[in-house]
Amino acid sequence: MTQNFSDVLVIGAGVVGCAVARELSRYALRVNVLDQAGDVAEGSTKANSAIVHAGYDAVPGTAKACFNVRGNALFEAWCRELEVPFVRNTSLVAAFDDRDLAALEALRLRGARNGVPGLRIITQDEVRALEPNISRAVIGALLAPSGGICCPYGLTFRLAEHAAANGVTFHFERRVVDVARAADGLWQVTTADGGVFRTRAVVNASGLYADELNNTVSAQKLSITPRRGEYLMIDKQYAGTFRATIFQVPTPLGKGVLVSPTVDGTLIVGPTAEDVGDKSDTRTTADGLRKVVESAARVWEQVPAGGVIATFSGLRAHGDRDDFVVGEAPDAPFFFNAAAMESPGLTAAPAVAVWLAEQIGKRLNAQRVTSNVHHTATWKPFREMTDAQRIAAIADDPSYARIVCRCENVTEAEIRAAIRCRIGARTLDGVKRRTRAGMGRCQGGFCTPRIIAILCEELGLKPEQITKFGGGSNLLVTTHGARPATLGLSPERRASSVESREPCHD
Amino acid sequence: MSERTVTCIGCPMGCRLRVTLEGGQVSAVDGAACGRGAAYARQECVCPTRQVTTLARVRGRREPLSVKTAQPVPKALIFACVEEIHRACVVPPVRIGDVVVKNVCGTGVDVVATMEAGVGVRI
Amino acid sequence: MTDVDILIIGGGPAGLAAAIAAHEAGCRNVLLLEREPALGGILRQCIHAGFGMHVFKEDLTGPEYAQRFVRRFHELGLSAQCDTMVLSVTPDREVTAVSPAFGLQHFRAKAIVLAMGCRERTRGALQVPGWRPAGIYPAGQAQRFVNLDGWMPGRRVVILGSGDIGLIMARRMTLEGAKVLACVELMPFSSGLTRNVVQCLDDYGIPLLLSHTVTEIHGRERLEAVTVAQVDAQRKPLPGTDQRFECDTLLLSVGLIPENELSRAAGVRVSEVTCGPLVDEALQTSVPGIFACGNVLHVHDLVDHVTIESTEAGRQAAKYAQGQGEAGIPACQMLQIRDGAGVRGLVPQTVCAGRVADVLPLMFRPAAVFKDAAAVVRLDGEEVLRKRFRILTPGEMVRLVVPKEVLERHAGAGELTVGVEV
Repeated sequence: MTQNFSDVLVIGAGVVGCAVARELSRYALRVNVLDQAGDVAEGSTKANSAIVHAGYDAVPGTAKACFNVRGNALFEAWCRELEVPFVRNTSLVAAFDDRDLAALEALRLRGARNGVPGLRIITQDEVRALEPNISRAVIGALLAPSGGICCPYGLTFRLAEHAAANGVTFHFERRVVDVARAADGLWQVTTADGGVFRTRAVVNASGLYADELNNTVSAQKLSITPRRGEYLMIDKQYAGTFRATIFQVPTPLGKGVLVSPTVDGTLIVGPTAEDVGDKSDTRTTADGLRKVVESAARVWEQVPAGGVIATFSGLRAHGDRDDFVVGEAPDAPFFFNAAAMESPGLTAAPAVAVWLAEQIGKRLNAQRVTSNVHHTATWKPFREMTDAQRIAAIADDPSYARIVCRCENVTEAEIRAAIRCRIGARTLDGVKRRTRAGMGRCQGGFCTPRIIAILCEELGLKPEQITKFGGGSNLLVTTHGARPATLGLSPERRASSVESREPCHD
Repeated sequence: MSERTVTCIGCPMGCRLRVTLEGGQVSAVDGAACGRGAAYARQECVCPTRQVTTLARVRGRREPLSVKTAQPVPKALIFACVEEIHRACVVPPVRIGDVVVKNVCGTGVDVVATMEAGVGVRI
Repeated sequence: MTDVDILIIGGGPAGLAAAIAAHEAGCRNVLLLEREPALGGILRQCIHAGFGMHVFKEDLTGPEYAQRFVRRFHELGLSAQCDTMVLSVTPDREVTAVSPAFGLQHFRAKAIVLAMGCRERTRGALQVPGWRPAGIYPAGQAQRFVNLDGWMPGRRVVILGSGDIGLIMARRMTLEGAKVLACVELMPFSSGLTRNVVQCLDDYGIPLLLSHTVTEIHGRERLEAVTVAQVDAQRKPLPGTDQRFECDTLLLSVGLIPENELSRAAGVRVSEVTCGPLVDEALQTSVPGIFACGNVLHVHDLVDHVTIESTEAGRQAAKYAQGQGEAGIPACQMLQIRDGAGVRGLVPQTVCAGRVADVLPLMFRPAAVFKDAAAVVRLDGEEVLRKRFRILTPGEMVRLVVPKEVLERHAGAGELTVGVEV
């Protein structure tokens, strides 16, 4: 048995892969997780609307409908157990004309068939009573009390941490290039760096790339189109403008542009929906960002241009079957898909993970373990502490008294903890997403130097080795100390600038 | 006779000076709000100089030390001065005004520290 | 809970000058809180010269200018707590702060001076489309990397925005061995000081592309290039004018924003024009006993003006703390100060003419470039003061002083306007 043998190999460390790994860790199974990126949550998980959908959108009877409603029901308990934020802030679907009102009724009926609790259609007055800042163009809405918001990457970090605490091994910067059945019946997974992972079962949670993996082992072909969504993030100063997540009546391309508070107190506006050719094309575009603002204006008349703190885009894995592809591939035993998990993939992740882990457990005749760790330590954010908690935390660790990120009041203790945990941050973005340092209105303007210094101390690296998100995303070039004494001035530049233009006569 | 416009940098006003040159010499300066303008224009058109501010390395310290040329140096020597300053390695303690490089590039101008390094305790 | 007479938040040039002035006005229980490990604020990283021409009649570098105030601060026996982050300020002037040395602290102050400075506008705020690679920095952050940390952010640089920090960094990066390809400015004029355009760009042959902007960011991991296009009068990119600059670094010098999160939470009303607190002639905010000065009040371009303004704020805070604030002076009619044509962001916004000591200083930014223009002060529409300028630009703040006699001659006026007349 080689070091890289496992019972189950999960490919993809997004929210779905990490949720499956964590559920599998409840069984007496050796579980490995591979990801091509240097951290968890680097794909679709880090850039989406962060909504826990109620479940009125999906066509009844589909995997989407089933896992959405079940996932929504699990979300609160999962977030509580993992100590990550979740708010059931309710969702509204806004209607602007009579046709929309009819569409709301259809949505309500569909939701009821899917088992969504508490759906009702409310009048303009009721909408305005709930959301005083909503546009007067909204004439009614579908109210979904079970709609919520979460932190997708925060959840993923904690799922990975919990999985690791229960024996799951993570391998980063491992891009899978081949999956094949070996002569002995085991799956043999090869990575771009020449690594070979042998495993009894494979879970394909590789997001945008899940079609390629599936198609190497199964004749039941899948096709995934990257569907790009662009977003604007609005500063906390506008927190409270809206309490609910406000959708517009959906179009064939998706749920349209939404306006929602986030669990961090900012507001998110977006996404667009644009099919792109490249599975890594997370560019923002002038057109896309303009469309977001124009479309959101139907709900939020004056999206404050001065309040925008960040723009970004994410890619949803849109499958050609218009549904999730979850379960064992019919013609590839022990190859389990969790594929085409576009929206409501995040919401569905807990339910998909529980169900898949059960299936895999049965197929591998695995026992549930009783020695499982139920709680993994995490740090409490300083900004959420009471005075008494702050005093206690500082007494325990004085670096809790050193604020590094002043927009989000993140302390040095939190940053060090985020690096030192099992699935610890190795990059500036890794620290940012685990602690919110650098995510505020100054976008790291003040705290970046300090975080670079802490990363260097903790990881034994030089400043120029620190990256934004791995790969070649280095933040700095050679430092002063290492600079050659000649300064590297090119003769060409010296000749062309000062001297040649301004001769000195004496 | 030729005319040239230079922007006075003597103060943040940034006066636009019209300089009349005759035979390589400045014959008239127009548009200066104060006396410094004419002097600057003469200097700028005949032998331009600049004060150089840059960084020097300090022995045993990662952070650099900020320094300046105590007087302006000929503009053409800016890069040469910076190179010479970069070659220096300052030994702490350093106080503001301490000479870091003497007679930089033979200009007769010293380079002095503009911040402290290794002096006492900070509050 | 610790009682102090005056609590000053921020130990940059504004906070230092306010503390010194408060002490000199007789206040002996002054405490300054600073979040960085040393006093001096942003001046510590401004190693270039050009500071002090008004206050000291000398041309000093930033660290030297700061050091003069730090030295004076210590000579007077004033106390400061560095490494200390203020977490909250309440309308009744209770302040919570945290520091490794003292842990969580609560203060109650008779008067507070807000001197927290400003932050830089980010790429997110500009919404520049494209990829999100490493190598895009606000110019001030790059300045900190280079001048304080000794780190180089990149080798081939484009600068977006011609604010002073961007111009200064063009020269700084050049002297550190980087190649600066261009400075790109959306407006048809530079927003920086003329001397910086001359000494930081022209001297090094760095082109200043006016009426241009960056329209796309290229590079998945580290910045690889930017697309630059010319813009029309409405600042929209013109088709067919794209140029591509291969670069590993983009520095942003596109504006500064006063940091008023603490102020807002304390109930201080903030101007939508200056993004700083609305203040009266005593630099007192809408919350009695809370004063503001320096870049937290409005973004300055000359530190000398910060010093002058903050000295006044410190003096007024001392008066307030000593119980000689408004209480002692008979109520008077408030003059509303309003921006006239060509003027933006007048400070202060309200004035009680009776409380003006000798002169009323008014500061504003011209809304555009005006040549051979006059700034005209009117009281209820009647011209009372006129000052001519050869040039007025948005990059250079204007400071006018209105003598007290002028205000007295027009007692009873309700509105003071300043406008630019060509």
